[in-house]
Amino acid sequence: MSYLDPQGGGLGSWLTATDHKRIGLLYLTLMTVFFFVAVGIGVTMRLKHLSGGDYLISAQTYNALFTVHGVIMIFLFVIPGLPAVFGNFFMPILIGARDVAFPRLNLLSWYFFATGATLAVLSLFTGNGPPDTGWTFYVPFSIKTGTNVSLAVFAAFVLGLSSILTGLNFITTIHRMRAPGMTWHRMPLFVWSLYATGWIQVLVTPIIGITLVLVILERFFNIGVFDPAKGGDPVLYQHMFWTYSHPAVYIMIVPAMGVITEIIPTFSRKSIFGYKAIAYSSIAIAGFGSMVWAHHMFTSGMADTADFVFSLLTFIVAVPSAIKVFNWTATLYKGSIEMAPAMLYALSFVFLFAIGGLTGVMQGALGVNVHLHDTYFIVGHFHYVMFGGTGFAFFAALLYWFPKMFGKMYDTKPAYAAWGLMFVGFNMLYFTMLVLGTMGMPRRYYAHLPQFHNAHLVATAGSWLLAAGLLVLFGNFLYALFRGRKAEANPWGGITLEWTIPSPPPQENFAEIPTITAGPYAYNPGRPG
Amino acid sequence: MSEAAHQDYQGSKIGMWLFLFTEFMLFGGLFILYAGSRALNPEAFHEASRELSVPLGVANTVILLTSSLFVAAAITAIQKGNKKLSVLLTGLTASCGALFLVNKGVEWGLKFHHGIYPNGPALAARPQGEALFFGLYFIMTGLHGLHVLAGTVLLTIMAVLLARERVRQDDYVLLENSGLYWHLVDVIWIFLLPLFYLAA
Ligand code: HEM
Ligand SMILES: [Cu+2]
Repeated sequence: MSYLDPQGGGLGSWLTATDHKRIGLLYLTLMTVFFFVAVGIGVTMRLKHLSGGDYLISAQTYNALFTVHGVIMIFLFVIPGLPAVFGNFFMPILIGARDVAFPRLNLLSWYFFATGATLAVLSLFTGNGPPDTGWTFYVPFSIKTGTNVSLAVFAAFVLGLSSILTGLNFITTIHRMRAPGMTWHRMPLFVWSLYATGWIQVLVTPIIGITLVLVILERFFNIGVFDPAKGGDPVLYQHMFWTYSHPAVYIMIVPAMGVITEIIPTFSRKSIFGYKAIAYSSIAIAGFGSMVWAHHMFTSGMADTADFVFSLLTFIVAVPSAIKVFNWTATLYKGSIEMAPAMLYALSFVFLFAIGGLTGVMQGALGVNVHLHDTYFIVGHFHYVMFGGTGFAFFAALLYWFPKMFGKMYDTKPAYAAWGLMFVGFNMLYFTMLVLGTMGMPRRYYAHLPQFHNAHLVATAGSWLLAAGLLVLFGNFLYALFRGRKAEANPWGGITLEWTIPSPPPQENFAEIPTITAGPYAYNPGRPG
Repeated sequence: MSEAAHQDYQGSKIGMWLFLFTEFMLFGGLFILYAGSRALNPEAFHEASRELSVPLGVANTVILLTSSLFVAAAITAIQKGNKKLSVLLTGLTASCGALFLVNKGVEWGLKFHHGIYPNGPALAARPQGEALFFGLYFIMTGLHGLHVLAGTVLLTIMAVLLARERVRQDDYVLLENSGLYWHLVDVIWIFLLPLFYLAA
């Protein structure tokens, strides 16, 4: 009996499910809905720039839109995305376990997620207008503005709780529930990436939690912790905010790298090159990534020494990321590459993430940063990383694991077409933003000067192609869900554990817990598939 | 399968330790804030700190330390199968928690009485930095107080579970984890005491 088979109770049996696979799907459903809402908002913001002046929406609405767009994309999509959906679904299977260590806690995490999401939506329609601070909730504005910031901030707090519980659950599961014979060095690399991510989630999320609580307390009690008039310091807020939010960037990207590391060997028919280097670079990224937060604050007024040190550290953190890129390339080298959709998206990830990473390193340089701070360059950079990186990895993961998750096969042609639309649209939209930024177009601006207008038109047209591509991609998935032909157990010739069980997986994953005798990527030439 | 997971003693402990890490980081954020604010207003913090009652603070320290001892003994008792003693000691721990909260209530009450509370008039009139000191005092001891409250409730539940033999000699990880939690509450207080009461 597969985990998808009705188990009585209909919807109720899903909302009370403790099966990690069902919980993964609960996340996927909710997340996809929010993702599309935020995409709609993004496209609306771009539409506004069809005119340089007052057009379509008011300036205040624009402020609310980029705030909501950012909050949803960051806290509801890219941060939880891969761990909550694919980590939940596949991590236990990949280590040969029947479930996570704390199944009920896992369900509770989803409820926190759903609650946080609901509160975020409520914050739009209650109080004195939707929050207009940007997703960073910077003080003093977040404390002074009359809009519904407290509720939005509380929503982010609850979402953080969900993230912590997921991390805690994963770390414990990975420590305790690996199948016999699965040593640390026989663990698939996606699991390694989740392990590193789990630690970041557990250790830094509480810091944003308390920071957000402080914003709420300030709004109600004016204690003055961030108010110079009372002896506080607004820059302190930024330190606390980025102590979490920079590492959070790695909560987004490390699992994405993990997914890519699963896909590339499968479609190159080769073992991953440099297994240990990839495993440990995940840990290194998690570690170093926690020490570079203040590169977001070069222009906020810090001591010169601090500027220097954080600039230096920022360069260092690029090293483990580069290691991974080299290892992927080396794996591809002389592989028998099959350009299946999942592989195509994975390779696009490498390309887009490389641009995102390089533009990031550029900003790590003090002088360049001062020039580019708060321009569209930043917006271009982080979309390359978060959307081109994590977003594309999310799509690649869906394309790779969809047959396993649902037991249905999608049509590959629309998946390729979607890729074409998205890839072209993406670069039109965000590369243009990089250019606009170097020309001096500030971010979060409602209006723009005439000399920027043509570039804005290109970007807006790009956003249409991109959105169209997304619709094709997900439309294809929906169609496959209902009309797709039946998927085999192992359509891609993968050799990690999930491909050894039926599609969709049975209720407790394994009839008999497997015993592991070799590493996860032992492709050899004689092997079929 | 979830049954099997629940009997994983090591797993439960790992989970609990991870949770304690998160709690520590939560307060860690506040410690950063305290350090930053203090660096900005050294004199004001020094002055304001004099007004906190050291005897009350020390009394609460003694209460917490004693309670930590109780809970440790309660765990040893159940390991040895002495259910009655364990119930008693766990109950005593919870009572200490309650006593701590009463004491804290008295202390806050005295401050409120003098108009010292967030947004209060007396606080607004204070020199720059002193108001901030008291603000942090209320935030940090308040958050700690919430943890004491949570711990007290938890230990009360443990006493009941012990009495009903849901926590027993061969399965006492719940009590052990509650004890760990209580030690955390204790340790954090050990940090708060010098930062606020003894900083003068
Ligand atoms: C079709 C898809 C998307 C479009 C058209 C789009 C467009 C935009 C636009 C126009 C802005 C405002 C820039 C400004 O005025 O400063 C923005 C901001 C932002 N976007 Fe997107 N975006 C899309 C997808 C995404 C995705 C997938 C993510 C994350 C994974 C994301 C994360 C953000 C963030 C964090 C901000 C900053 C909000 C702020 O300034 O507070 N976006 N986006
Ligand atoms: Cu950063």
